[in-house]
Amino acid sequence: MAYAVALEALGDGTRREIMEQLRRGPRPVGEIAAALPVSRPAVSQHLRVLKEAGLVTERKEGTRRIYGVEQKAIADLRAYFDSFWEQALAGYKAAAERKGRRE
Amino acid sequence: MSSMQTSVEAVRKSLVVECSPERAFEVFTREVGSWWPLHEHSIGGEQITEVIWEEQLGGRIYERHADGGEGEWGRVLAWDPPARFVMSWYPGKDDSKATELEVRFTAEGSGTRVDLEHRGWEIFADEGQQTRDNYDNGWPTVLAHFERTLNR
Repeated sequence: MAYAVALEALGDGTRREIMEQLRRGPRPVGEIAAALPVSRPAVSQHLRVLKEAGLVTERKEGTRRIYGVEQKAIADLRAYFDSFWEQALAGYKAAAERKGRRE
Repeated sequence: MSSMQTSVEAVRKSLVVECSPERAFEVFTREVGSWWPLHEHSIGGEQITEVIWEEQLGGRIYERHADGGEGEWGRVLAWDPPARFVMSWYPGKDDSKATELEVRFTAEGSGTRVDLEHRGWEIFADEGQQTRDNYDNGWPTVLAHFERTLNR
């Protein structure tokens, strides 16, 4: 499942901070690293994980690579809730039918 | 990157439960704690003691924790028992990143048809150069909150 991979990638605090930065707008590695207490190579490593998880996009602008938020992640979030409601409503149905028959 | 707002289809679920609309409405709202997977799907996890549903327009839906803390899920946007309710949905965030949940209850045969619609996913779209105030309330935060579920 795409969202499972995404959740695993977001299990790391630094990667969540990177995502939060990117939500404010696309930016290059250097700018991301400057705002974090980790090295630039470490940030590149994290960006690779986020990209493989489908959370981040990469594009070239001159000699720089600009990273941004992958919009498809919203579709994954939606899919996640689709499956959540499916399960939760089964529990709801059982509770409603256990406690009350229609008078 | 484009900051174009594309529409995202609502999550829709329908089911029939064998009880009256009144009962179906009550179990969904006032008795939500009896069926919601609280330990996996909540802000407080194991800390949670109950879920309070303030049954009126503008009322809060929130959980109480053993240490006295609270976590807000959303607010009542429409309250029309036993036919329907609408609530904003932003567990663990603030209402600037709320999606919307509408549930309708209709008598059908000897039971009640329940139609659920969870919509407004566009709110999580890339904000690009827009306001920066809410950047930490986006979907990564939501996903992190629900992470536990996958570990069941």
